[in-house]
Amino acid sequence: MRISGAFPVSKTGAPLPDRAGIDEERTAFMEDSESILQLRHITKNYPGVVALDDVSLDVKKGEVHALVGENGAGKSTLIKTCSGAVIPDAGEIVVGGKAFRSMTPRLASRNGIAIIYQEFNLVGDLSVAENIFLGRAIRRGILIDRRAMIEESRKVFEKLQIKIDPNTLVRNLTVGYQQMVEIAKALQQDVRILIMDEPSAPLTTGETENLFRIVDTLKKSGVSIIYISHRLDEIFRLSDRVTVLRDGRYIKTLNTKDTGVDELISLMVGRALTEKFPPRTSRVRDETVLEVRNLCGNGDRDISFSIKKGEILGLGGLIGAGRTELAQMIFGVVPKTSGQIFLNGREIHPKSPRDAIDLGIALVPEDRKLQGLLLDLSVSGNINMPIYPKISNHSVIRRKTERDIARRYVDEIGIKTPGIHQLTKNLSGGNQQKVVLAKWLAASSELIIFDEPTRGIDIGAKYEIYRLMNRLAEQGKTILLISSEMEELMGMSDRILVLAEGKVTGELERGSFSQETIMNYASNVKKEKFA
Amino acid sequence: MNKVVDVLKERAIYVALVVLFLVFACLSDDFLSPNNLRNIVRQISVLGIASVGMTYVILIGGIDLSTGSVITFVNIITAYFMVNLGMNMWLAILLAVLASTGIGFLNGFLVANFNMPSLIVTFASQTIFEGLAYLISNGMPIFGFPKAFAVIGQGYLGFIPLPVIVMAAIFLIGGFLLNRTYFGRYFYALGGNETAARMAGIRVKRIKYLIFSLSGLFAGIAGIIMLARTNSGQPTAGKGYEFEVITGVVLGGVSLSGGSGKLSNVVAGVLIMGILKNGMVLLNVSEYIQMVVEGIILLLAVGFDCIQKGKLGYQNH
Repeated sequence: MRISGAFPVSKTGAPLPDRAGIDEERTAFMEDSESILQLRHITKNYPGVVALDDVSLDVKKGEVHALVGENGAGKSTLIKTCSGAVIPDAGEIVVGGKAFRSMTPRLASRNGIAIIYQEFNLVGDLSVAENIFLGRAIRRGILIDRRAMIEESRKVFEKLQIKIDPNTLVRNLTVGYQQMVEIAKALQQDVRILIMDEPSAPLTTGETENLFRIVDTLKKSGVSIIYISHRLDEIFRLSDRVTVLRDGRYIKTLNTKDTGVDELISLMVGRALTEKFPPRTSRVRDETVLEVRNLCGNGDRDISFSIKKGEILGLGGLIGAGRTELAQMIFGVVPKTSGQIFLNGREIHPKSPRDAIDLGIALVPEDRKLQGLLLDLSVSGNINMPIYPKISNHSVIRRKTERDIARRYVDEIGIKTPGIHQLTKNLSGGNQQKVVLAKWLAASSELIIFDEPTRGIDIGAKYEIYRLMNRLAEQGKTILLISSEMEELMGMSDRILVLAEGKVTGELERGSFSQETIMNYASNVKKEKFA
Repeated sequence: MNKVVDVLKERAIYVALVVLFLVFACLSDDFLSPNNLRNIVRQISVLGIASVGMTYVILIGGIDLSTGSVITFVNIITAYFMVNLGMNMWLAILLAVLASTGIGFLNGFLVANFNMPSLIVTFASQTIFEGLAYLISNGMPIFGFPKAFAVIGQGYLGFIPLPVIVMAAIFLIGGFLLNRTYFGRYFYALGGNETAARMAGIRVKRIKYLIFSLSGLFAGIAGIIMLARTNSGQPTAGKGYEFEVITGVVLGGVSLSGGSGKLSNVVAGVLIMGILKNGMVLLNVSEYIQMVVEGIILLLAVGFDCIQKGKLGYQNH
């Protein structure tokens, strides 16, 4: 197999000319029988963020091509361009020798591309066979030929060497078998490129083994597979080649057998921690603000830790490790099932965000637009929302106080807005995040939980958010920082706690931070499962 | 110049109101007579009072279909209290309004605690309280109230009918609650995004109890005014009234998806409903055609709102 980078190279080895020359170049690709799917120079912008920046990917016939990267690296967005779920702003998709500016679900399926997302597209109340032939039922005249569909389904399962009764209702199957039905459905549509997004995430160990076997079978029959996974052991077990993405950019494509975990991790987390983070004079005081003892609930199992005044405690881990869930329990969004939470030495029982806010706890949520902000309300309305009862006389708002508070925090935090009456939906992501922060400062919160505070925010605004966090810590506020960005976690925290599957799996002091160790802790539990 | 355009956009409903007014003024000679104009505002008073509560409910993205039957229920029980039980007029009014507030609270309780859609909850209570009104009255009108009671519906303060004064007072109080107290801010927040509202410390359930209770309260007051005007408790008094109330509120630009709307524009929406009804009667338009027109008006108002929202949604993506 020719070792090639992901950037398509013409036969002469010269880099491809840009867009203008693509048509002439096309024949060259048709002759290249090895390439079955090429994504070329795909770019996708969302307001305020570049999700994909000139990313190229080249998939060969019959290979398992792994796609790796941290959360938010652009993996999902990239594969969604193959199905038409995401329309690229620039670039093209070459499949079966034809070049497309963008795909549609129909076009994708006609060209033999199928994607298995983490959420399955199955109808629980229909049988396995009916699901496999959903929308393309075999008919005899105007009637549906059930027997033929069952027969065909049997054949597919035989080919995959799995035992599923095509008459079973899909909702009676385990997640693992439902996934098999998805795969069978794709095969029935004559799929040549099967894209799997974190397929092993919901599976048990046994089911995962089954999945691996099927991937091998498919590969032998000439199907190309793009395999996205956080679990590096799977990548090494299954893939022929692996492409690394980071921050929406293409980093490198490697032959799996020529690389190792360390190289892959360093490519994924990349970049040295230079002046991306403001200097920080940490002044952790010897005064415990929050202590959590054996906390369970909301998916978390037995979490204990404590934070001191003025400290920034980082919470690392993979998506689904239980970090947001922990924040929700502390903030009273979801009740805990057992365990204790102490604030300044006193046990607390926040039953609603209101309770938590009154105790001096604040949450800057992960999803700013859905949870953090009232987009149809003004900057002033958002900032004052938690404290309206305090700035009112017999429920009547003291309007001058309302204005003064809004102005004060707009100035103090540096929110760029035409005025305090501007609707927050018209602000940029960074300024919106500052409004969320202003709200909690106005509410004089002592413990602030930041959940992915810089997601979808551009670099400049990120720096400002970091500076604000530092300033708050210096002023004696206590910060719990949840972040999937390794650099952010290491650049900002005094101490890092790593969670995996609802448990604390590791703790690191500043000075002994290392991306590799964090990654190891983060996937720790999962590895045990394989052993 | 731009400012003028902005104001016109925001107050487009008032432009429509003026146009409609002029149209009927041209078509009918009687329309502009002082007596008729006074009639119009008196006729809309019941509608106007109930529309304040409905505005709140729609602001949080809900709907209250029980308004009409709450009006009926209040009609019947107030009449029953005064006539059959010989109760003091003020006590009867107080109890009836408490009952209507209770009905609203019950609606709110079911909506907030069991996540039931307000459409269904209030649809059910509509039927329940209409049925109860029939049961209490045996399907017959109840009349023979104290003289003083009729004054509430038929009296004047100077030139202005008392019901109009009550309506004006309720619009003012309602507007004050919405714009000057923090409850109003909460209503808008809740309608815009319930999750974010909760995360900002709003006790969402309590606000829902409050809003539906207020809707019941205002419908109850509307029911008392109606009873005093007709001077007879009818088991069909408020039938279909929620339709007019909803149409008036939506015409006033309160978005059915919640989170936006102004009570001052609802005043115009209610006035349009009143002028339209009155004008059509003056022009001898049949009652059935009136129904058709009212249906079309609701469709237009909702369509206008949805198309605007659709455009915004498109821009956001």
